[in-house]
Amino acid sequence: MSEQLISEQQLIELTQSPILSVQNLRTYYHQDEGVVRAVDGASFDVFAGKTLGIVGESGCGKSVTARSILRIVEESGRIESGSIWLRRENASGQIDEIDLTTLDANSKEMRSIRGDDIALIFQEPMTSFSPFHTVGNQIIEAIRLHSDLSVKEARNRGIELLRLVGIPDPERRIDAYSFQLSGGLRQRVMIAMALSSDPKVLIADEPTTALDVTTQAQILELLHKIQDERGLAIILITHDMGVIAEMADDVVVMYLGRVVEQGPVDNIFHDPKHPYTQSLLRSIPSILAEPRTKLATITGSIPHPYNRPSGCPFHTRCPDFMRGTCDQREPQLLPVGPDHKVSCFLYHP
Amino acid sequence: MLNYILSRLFAGIITIWVASIISFIVIQLPPGDYVTAYIANLQAMGTSVGAGEAEALRIQYGLDQPIYIQYFKWFGLILTGNFGMAMEYNRPVAEVIGDRMTLTIVVSVAAVLFIWALALPIGVYSAVRQYSLLDYFFTFVGFIGIAVPNFMLALIILYVSFKYFKVESIGGLFSPGMSLAPWGWDKIVDLIKHLPLPAIVLGLAGMAEVVRIMRANLLDELRKPYVVTARAKGLAEHKVIWKYPVRAALNPFVSTIGYIFPFIVSGSIIVSLVLGLPTVGPLLFKALIAQDLFLAGTILLLLAVLTVVGTLISDLLLMWIDPRIRLGMEGSN
Amino acid sequence: MAEAIESLTGSTQPPDIEAERAVADRISMATQWQLMWWRFKKHRGAMIAAVIVLFFYTIVLFADFFAYSNPRQSDAQLSLLAPQPIIFFDEGEFRPHVLGLSGKRDPQTFKRVYVIDPEKKMYLTLFGEGYTYKLWGLFETNRHLIGVENGNVEEGVFLMGTDLQGRDIFSRLMLATRTSLTIGLIGVALSLFLGVLLGGLSGLYGGWLDGIIQRIIEVVRSIPTIPLWMALAAGMPTEWPITRIYFFITLIIALIGWTTMARVVRGRFLALRQEDFVTAAELAGASQLRIIFRHMVPSFLSHIIAATSLALPAMIIAETSLSFLGLGLRAPAVSWGVLLQQASNVQAVAITPWLLYPAIPVIIAVLAFNFLGDGLRDAADPYG
Repeated sequence: MSEQLISEQQLIELTQSPILSVQNLRTYYHQDEGVVRAVDGASFDVFAGKTLGIVGESGCGKSVTARSILRIVEESGRIESGSIWLRRENASGQIDEIDLTTLDANSKEMRSIRGDDIALIFQEPMTSFSPFHTVGNQIIEAIRLHSDLSVKEARNRGIELLRLVGIPDPERRIDAYSFQLSGGLRQRVMIAMALSSDPKVLIADEPTTALDVTTQAQILELLHKIQDERGLAIILITHDMGVIAEMADDVVVMYLGRVVEQGPVDNIFHDPKHPYTQSLLRSIPSILAEPRTKLATITGSIPHPYNRPSGCPFHTRCPDFMRGTCDQREPQLLPVGPDHKVSCFLYHP
Repeated sequence: MLNYILSRLFAGIITIWVASIISFIVIQLPPGDYVTAYIANLQAMGTSVGAGEAEALRIQYGLDQPIYIQYFKWFGLILTGNFGMAMEYNRPVAEVIGDRMTLTIVVSVAAVLFIWALALPIGVYSAVRQYSLLDYFFTFVGFIGIAVPNFMLALIILYVSFKYFKVESIGGLFSPGMSLAPWGWDKIVDLIKHLPLPAIVLGLAGMAEVVRIMRANLLDELRKPYVVTARAKGLAEHKVIWKYPVRAALNPFVSTIGYIFPFIVSGSIIVSLVLGLPTVGPLLFKALIAQDLFLAGTILLLLAVLTVVGTLISDLLLMWIDPRIRLGMEGSN
Repeated sequence: MAEAIESLTGSTQPPDIEAERAVADRISMATQWQLMWWRFKKHRGAMIAAVIVLFFYTIVLFADFFAYSNPRQSDAQLSLLAPQPIIFFDEGEFRPHVLGLSGKRDPQTFKRVYVIDPEKKMYLTLFGEGYTYKLWGLFETNRHLIGVENGNVEEGVFLMGTDLQGRDIFSRLMLATRTSLTIGLIGVALSLFLGVLLGGLSGLYGGWLDGIIQRIIEVVRSIPTIPLWMALAAGMPTEWPITRIYFFITLIIALIGWTTMARVVRGRFLALRQEDFVTAAELAGASQLRIIFRHMVPSFLSHIIAATSLALPAMIIAETSLSFLGLGLRAPAVSWGVLLQQASNVQAVAITPWLLYPAIPVIIAVLAFNFLGDGLRDAADPYG
């Protein structure tokens, strides 16, 4: 595909300024039981050709962040404030920046961004496809949504995409139903569908969680390959520190809807600052660990979303809890080094 | 796939066979037989019947033999397409039932179509706009539909049309003078004009149920990840909903016919009595009271066949629309 | 709990952790029934329905007391009288009364007809005297909820009018409520027994027994019920006494209702067989019976109660429909269906619409049981 080959000059320009920039995003769910602050002031930048890893325990707002970017948050959820800047080529071919939060979620413009500029793949490869339509039908639909191709051309493009993501016998597989494919193949089809209209940003929400270890490695490798070929920006959402270590260039650590630490992957792994990041890293099982020692766990569990602790949200579980500070005031995300920020009173009293 | 069809067909045949035994036993339950009832009837009108005459009648109808022999004789005849004699009418059962069975099917199918035509959009609306004003309204109407027995609904409609619209004869399936006319285009048009009222009366309770099922299923489906996938593609919301979750919720929707059909056929019997429809309902009623064994037995059996066939059709329809069944693979979700 | 939740919804401010912990403790300490009750209370429709159902069963218990006129005594001259409005004030004073009737002879037909007599005020009292009855077959009394200060209740008060035979519809309705609702209750009890027995066997043992029972259920369900009921009911000899007819009608209705119950019970058994606590009880060496009655049944009792409540409306409708057709209960028995039989002639109903009044309690009762059942079903899964 020659049309998305970009000049070196453009590449430099693109890698210097973020293609997607999320600033102070707040997405709240308004339910009968109370307000859930699923995302509460998240900020991060995504660069072309780079992978941003978002990591955290389940319920920390990772997936809601992804859905907020695509503006497909469920009915009870709403983006309260913040902005999501997307750099895209407008109709006249100029680079333009738009704030996605200002668009109507169901507007034509937003729909043309979904799938076209930003694509999503996610966790449940079993249920991510409709069992009543062939995978081909669903891919062709995606292709035709963002192009003028005829059904036949779109079908050929679909077969091409399936081949690209490494599906054997794509001419036959395109007419298969999702339940006729294995989990790994399904996730490949999902990736093919996401690539159907050459997105600039790919959001992968726990793309390998439901897969076995070998398939997981293959899928990650595929993502790597596609990224190298196309200069794709990837937002990789996962709870798996191993996946982050393998894939991410930059890492955002989230806890209860907030970014508690962010920085280059090396800093996060080798010089974690936030007690939460440190705990997360400690809880990874390692073959180098001393035998017969207990695996470290984070004490306590995530507080109930209707009842967020006051002050720093992590203070109820924090080993370095400072009474009178952590439970009274909210820490700010501030730099501790080049590109490395942390939100903790240990560093910014 | 063939296995599926065969097993359904087999289950249907077994059901019909058991239904034939049940209908036969049911008719045999009351003490006395047709002749007793016939004689009682004649005596009530002042004619006395001698014992010899009664005996002759019994032998004529084979009522003197043990019950299982009577059953096998009856069932054997039915297999050859001979439904026996309707004693009260002194004509073959097939002739007495004739058009009435067709009309029963027409009324029942009309009710099912009415249910589907309305329940689908209402169910979809109620699920997509959950807790909206109209959703509450439909839920409320649904509860009323379930709570009002359909004969009562028929009564109320008759009452209202009589009292406020001065319509004297609202029941029936044909205009006066049309019912005896030979079948033709005009008669069919006349029939179609008369169908909505019985279809609504019959369908309302079932519709409420189907709306409830459709709504619940669609609410489930709307939460499934493939809906997010479709949205993430940039598909317009109404296209997302109608192409994917509605398609998925159609499955339980179609399978509801399996139990609304017996329910509708049941209802048609009693509604026919109130609205004076020329279906098998009033005929069955009279036959039961007169203990006309062959007639009542045949009607019961035919109704069972009707429901079995209806269920079978819905099963085949289900197979046709569900690739997981069609391709002989149970989806594991 | 309710207050705690209100406080949660009331403010977006995170409430005190201690309070939250107290709530959590209360929830974790509560018994299954407490949890159900809390959840049930939140379902407002079901709460209202519960009150209505209680009200109906109060009438069932004291039907004769609520009636004021002997429901079986007919008087052709009082035939088809219109309902009387209750006038609450008399010359500015709160004295509820109705206007009585005076017999006159029609000058043309020489028939005795009754017309409203504005002079004849009949003052209503509470706990007045009327016809004699035995409360619950034990205590003989002639006290009724409504009486008349001056004169005879039976000759002067017709709150809902009279039927063709000149019987007071209100009083008959009270007795009909007793009949119709007890039939439903007994029918449900019978189908519950059959359903729990067969569904339990099916779910517990599985295998061929399960196969056979499931086939039977399928066959029974695919037979159109009303024709079958009609056939069964038509089989009852006309000369049978009321009590026997009553019993057989309940039996007929229960025969079909048990299938739903059996499915619920089977489903619960199948689900529970896999549960850890059942395995634990097995490993601890508990006997089969002990596991069933001590561990399994209590955990799905609530589901059965909900299913029972949802099955009742079908029973009520079945009885009403059968009796309406004249195939169910017959006069002199009084039930909702029997009362509605008089309303089957539409032309007559247009002139005397009060004959349709008995339809109202049928609709209300069916609605109430449906709402109650819905609420119970939601509450039955307090952890869900």
